[in-house]
Amino acid sequence: MAIGWYLAVSALIFSIGAGGVLTRRNPLVILLCLELMLNAANLALIAFSRMHGNGDGQIFAIVVMVVAACEVCIGLGVIVAMYRRQLPIDVDELRELQG
Amino acid sequence: MNVTDYGWLILLFPLVGSVLIGLLSSKLPGKAAGFIGTGSIFLAFLATVGALFKLQDRPEEARQVTGILYDYASTVGVDAEMSILVDPLSILMCLVVSGVSTLIHLYSVAYMWSDKGYARFFAYLNFFVFSMLLLVLAGNFMLLIVGWAFVGAASYLLISYWYRRTTATTAGLKAFVINVVGDIGLVLGTYFIFKHTGTLDFLKTFESAEEFANEGNGDLTAGLILLLVGAFAKSAQVPFHTWLPDAMEGPTPVSSLIHAATMVTAGVYLIARMHPLFEQAPAAADVAAITGAVTLLVAGTIGLVVTDLKRVIAYSTMSQIGYMIMAVGGGAYVAGLFHLMTHAFFKALLFMAAGSVIGAMAGKQDLDQMGGFRKAMPFTFGCFVIGGLALAGVPPFSGFFSKDEILLILGDRGGWYIGLYVVGYIGALLTAVYTWRMIFRAFFGEACPEAKELEGGHLHHAAVHTNPANGEVEDTEVGFPGAEHHIAEQSTAMKVAMGCLAVLAVIGGFIQIPKVNHWLDDFLHPTFEDSKIEQLSSNDGLLYFGLILGTFVALVGIAIAYRLWVQQPETPARIQARFSFLHRLFVNKWYFDELIDLVVVRPFAWFGRFGQQTFERVVVGAALIGGPTGLVKAGSAAVRALQSGFLRAYAALLLAGVAITLFYFLVQS
Amino acid sequence: MAEVLFFIAAVGAIAGAIGTVSLRNPFYSVLALVFHLLSLAALFLLLRAEFVAAAQVIVYAGAVMVLYVFVVAYVGGTQEMTGPQTGPGTRAFSIGVAVVLFIEITIAVLGSGLKAIDSDGPGLPAATETVPGFGSPEAIGELLLTRFLIAFELASFLLLIAAVGAVTLARRRGGLGEDPGVITPLDLIRRPQGTGTMAEGVGRHTEDAGGVASTMSGTSASARPDTGDATTGEDA
Repeated sequence: MAIGWYLAVSALIFSIGAGGVLTRRNPLVILLCLELMLNAANLALIAFSRMHGNGDGQIFAIVVMVVAACEVCIGLGVIVAMYRRQLPIDVDELRELQG
Repeated sequence: MNVTDYGWLILLFPLVGSVLIGLLSSKLPGKAAGFIGTGSIFLAFLATVGALFKLQDRPEEARQVTGILYDYASTVGVDAEMSILVDPLSILMCLVVSGVSTLIHLYSVAYMWSDKGYARFFAYLNFFVFSMLLLVLAGNFMLLIVGWAFVGAASYLLISYWYRRTTATTAGLKAFVINVVGDIGLVLGTYFIFKHTGTLDFLKTFESAEEFANEGNGDLTAGLILLLVGAFAKSAQVPFHTWLPDAMEGPTPVSSLIHAATMVTAGVYLIARMHPLFEQAPAAADVAAITGAVTLLVAGTIGLVVTDLKRVIAYSTMSQIGYMIMAVGGGAYVAGLFHLMTHAFFKALLFMAAGSVIGAMAGKQDLDQMGGFRKAMPFTFGCFVIGGLALAGVPPFSGFFSKDEILLILGDRGGWYIGLYVVGYIGALLTAVYTWRMIFRAFFGEACPEAKELEGGHLHHAAVHTNPANGEVEDTEVGFPGAEHHIAEQSTAMKVAMGCLAVLAVIGGFIQIPKVNHWLDDFLHPTFEDSKIEQLSSNDGLLYFGLILGTFVALVGIAIAYRLWVQQPETPARIQARFSFLHRLFVNKWYFDELIDLVVVRPFAWFGRFGQQTFERVVVGAALIGGPTGLVKAGSAAVRALQSGFLRAYAALLLAGVAITLFYFLVQS
Repeated sequence: MAEVLFFIAAVGAIAGAIGTVSLRNPFYSVLALVFHLLSLAALFLLLRAEFVAAAQVIVYAGAVMVLYVFVVAYVGGTQEMTGPQTGPGTRAFSIGVAVVLFIEITIAVLGSGLKAIDSDGPGLPAATETVPGFGSPEAIGELLLTRFLIAFELASFLLLIAAVGAVTLARRRGGLGEDPGVITPLDLIRRPQGTGTMAEGVGRHTEDAGGVASTMSGTSASARPDTGDATTGEDA
């Protein structure tokens, strides 16, 4: 398949993920949608790597995966801490940092 | 030791005395402060005598010596050095200042004895003498201005000496403010002169005086008139004179030293020193002469009606300085300085004697309450008589010779100076009248209670100490007059001082008897030889006419005073009733205080209020400060609205921003 | 053949994505994401990136998603409420932004004039003795340890930081210093749950029985812990 198809799929997944981030209220789901966006980026990277014919894009994609893993780790830690404090797990309720 | 070394010594002794007394003020026992003070001024007097002899040793052409201690700031275009000019004029002034100051210090050793701030008084007094000597010895404009300012400061310190009295502090402030106005004139005038001559040094400035005048623009006249503003403020001439009567709030030695003999003569000295410049700008000199004449008359008329003893003498000072200013403005430099010298003698004597009388009255100064002190205080009475005769201009006392010489030279110059001549003699009549009014009222007539007490041998003490001006009750601690009062009859130091001055008042005129000798003119010749105006008159006819007229006027004045206040004491009241308008005018001091209040004080107060309420609030507060801060506040309020705390709102903004940026780049390419 | 596989994988990925975004139950969202990740791995394989595909399956779908499952199970994922904060306007705006983003990216990428997009990509040489094949582990390893060494090291450093951070975030407050492994009922009584700086920061009263968030408006039932060790409100 032409590389362009892969890029189109990547764009679509990215925007679906963006819409999810903006729409959902549960922080867990927001993190999941964030993962979607990261994966879309990964797909684009791999596609371009194939297009160029060298492995740079794949290394980039691996590092992105590492970063995503770390970010998930911390994000879930925050959510667990919130849960422990018995705060509502809802981003709309948590708005102390305002003004 | 050459001449200028003596000059620096003259300055050093009072300065050291002042600092020493000031630093050790709390530890000096008894009258030590007084003796240190008197001693330091006496040493300055000795140094002056030494400088005099050294100067006279030199040939006449070389008698104007500039001594430079060090370069203060000789930078681009400005030659500011610490330099003194020792020449006959400055030596004369130093002799008068240090000599009379020594006697006044001696007087104060006894007079101020019961005051709790004794040492402070002598520290201030020494500082004043140092400043005055600096002023007259200054060799360039810079030190002149420094001395001028210091003298003003010392005057303020001494007028407000009894600082817990509100009347005294108000008077001190008034004197200081008016003096500062004069200082501004002095500095600006200096600038005008400096702009053209390029040098601050006196001798160099005088050398380039003629080419300065030939430059043709009005800068020289303008500069000199500004200098005159300074001179008038310091010498209490109209319209800068309102501070002098109020300055009588200070202790009597202060009035005697500063406001009779020395500080108020600084203006006369200034004009005499600057005579090469004044001769190039006759307009400025004429302004000085006319102002002197006006002051002479105004002060004389006011002196006729005031009832405070010291204020009569103060207005007399103002009037006599009017004579001096008229003299040096009209070109009679030697005569003016002669009168300065004799006036210092008899005026200081009069003030000292007045201090004695006030002591006898336990601090009260009102002529209405005095009377008949002749029997109780013979020595004081004698001093008053000598001083009064000298002031009125009765021969052979000193005042006669000096006053007549001024008027002779002015009359000799002819032209419109004849007007000044006439004014001078009218003023002489007024002088005789008010001087002897004062003497007759205080010493003749029915003895007042205090006098009776003194005749019985007991000096009157007030039961409750009050401020004589407004009746406020005071105590006698630091900041108020002391509990004890001192009179001449009971104090040797005071008698010695007053005696010396009385002798000088009698014989002081003999150094320049017309047609007999002219020692003073010879002495001052090196300073004034470049003057275009003849300093010694050769008009014999006018001379004899003047001598006779002067004597006549003085005796007539004394006779009028005798008739009005001794023989027919109810007459003054009748005259007052008939000429009530004039009387009101004179008693209110020609409404000068009100005039200054209207013209100067109120506009300033209005401007201050305007500045605070309108400008400060509206322009600065609202527009300059409120504007930008309002903008910032509004802007930040707008931005703050974005920080809602909603996570999703932030995410939305973020992604919207990405979309917009992407769109922009897409469109670009 | 490749096209068919591509379409299957692509549809699977997109379906998984849509499922993640729209399913109400968070647990189902996680499962949808797993499906999506596996489809993505297939796409990677189609692009000849074998190692990355394997890493995707093992690390992403295997480890990260399992972590997600644990947390969702712990935190609980019941129905999500849509309160008054989310009006239809906000939803429309969000969807609008997403659509706009999609259009722009597509135009940017596909309309960029890159000719290579239309091709399958260059022909890839087969693996030899010295040159590893494209996308193979040897190729990745060689790149990681030569050209991208710094990135490799920094990535491992980042993992360390994340691990430390996660432990710090999720530990019990006030329980450090003693053996954290043994949790006795004493711990729960001595320092009730819900105390600590964050709770005090939001103004919760520590004496509250039942742990009601007194200053929080609205109730999110999904956050309510129905645990037996609820605060009894006593301090020792």
